[in-house]
Amino acid sequence: MNDILLGLEQAARLIVGLDPELFEISALSLQVSLTATVIASAIGLPFGAWLAVNRFKARRVAIAVLNALMGLPPVVVGLFVYVLFSRAGPFGVFGLLFTPTAMVVAQVIIITPIIASISHQAMRELWADYHDLLISLNASRLQRIKTLLWDGRRALMTASLAGFGRAIGEVGAIMIVGGNIDHATRVLTTAIALETGKGAFAMALALGFVLIALAITVNLCVHFLSRTERSGRW
Amino acid sequence: MVASILPLMVDEITLRRGGRAILGPISWVLDGEGITVVMGPNGAGKTSFLRALHGLERITHGQLRWAATPEVVRARQAFVFQAPVLMRRSVVECIAYPLLLDGMARGEARLRAAEAAIDVGLGHVLNQPARVISGGERQKLALARAMVRRPEVLFLDEPCANLDGHSTREIETILLGARDKGTRIVLSTHDLGQARRLADGILFLHAGRLVEAGPKAALLQAPSTTEMKSYINGDLLL
Repeated sequence: MNDILLGLEQAARLIVGLDPELFEISALSLQVSLTATVIASAIGLPFGAWLAVNRFKARRVAIAVLNALMGLPPVVVGLFVYVLFSRAGPFGVFGLLFTPTAMVVAQVIIITPIIASISHQAMRELWADYHDLLISLNASRLQRIKTLLWDGRRALMTASLAGFGRAIGEVGAIMIVGGNIDHATRVLTTAIALETGKGAFAMALALGFVLIALAITVNLCVHFLSRTERSGRW
Repeated sequence: MVASILPLMVDEITLRRGGRAILGPISWVLDGEGITVVMGPNGAGKTSFLRALHGLERITHGQLRWAATPEVVRARQAFVFQAPVLMRRSVVECIAYPLLLDGMARGEARLRAAEAAIDVGLGHVLNQPARVISGGERQKLALARAMVRRPEVLFLDEPCANLDGHSTREIETILLGARDKGTRIVLSTHDLGQARRLADGILFLHAGRLVEAGPKAALLQAPSTTEMKSYINGDLLL
């Protein structure tokens, strides 16, 4: 209990004192996770809608695989990306290992199935509503997908936020591909792991509180900007 | 002058679902002008018949032959569902949607949609979310959306089911106005009074079969089949 109180106090002190290191790792955390969320959303949201609209032979298998990929172990993803980007790997020439780019790649792999799966679920329900109308109005496949994405944008925002939540709190993969290098690839979660390893529980908790506050702030900002509650009756 | 998509030759069409025949075989010709009312008790196949004509159902046997290419036919007919499909948009955006699909500029589409909304009495709810308007207004929205492309043929599946008398009268007035402007209308109902008020011609379906077809006066005053007589008399059709 004492550690928790100390952690809260230290978190307040770090924030009020505008601690440069805290701001640096917080900014990198946001940068990596938001970039990964944007890329994963660009892939996952249309894919979810496409899966809802199209009927093909292996559709059930594709949905089952997609749902299974939601539980991808981050450490395994990290290892996979590490092998790809290591000097001997197929993408070794780009020299991306232990850079924020590699961390983004790992996070994209982890959260794309989450975003696509939630998107598919939301789009499937919307498609059940819209099916007859869009067929009747002779909408092309692309128009159907665009319509679902636009009219289901609030549900899709939830999908993206779920992806962001997973990304910002992820540690296993980015620790492997980022290396937790000070002033280079250190983010909040890897810093927490480091402080915990050193036995500095108050500092680790302080960073944890900052991480939670950051995640809540981003969610609130998105909800505020998209006016979710005010338009909730749509 | 745009060439007509009519006549539509309905040639021995049959619908089967799960190995069971639910409609047909039915042969009929949709041509001329006016309002054709498809009547029959619940389960007669009215909805399936209209959906098949519109192209929403896959026909098992037989064929539909329109007088134009499939692309033209699809663009010049519209369908109003019994339960209006409401998009998560404002009323005016819902009505503008078919025009946007056709590639019309957003501003122009909104303008035309607003005109169509005002025509059906939705001027006061233009910018409200479609999902919060009343049942009668929802059906008028669906009607405006179907008519905004100025279709030559309009199919309506029980458009006034579950509506109060006031809303029903408003919908019927809109339909009569559309008919007078040259829209060929085919609507299903099991409301005999509505058939009397709207129909120029009547099709009577029972158990998936076309039992009788002809002008309203002849069919309602002197039906030739026992099914139609029973229906008009309000007897149960088993």
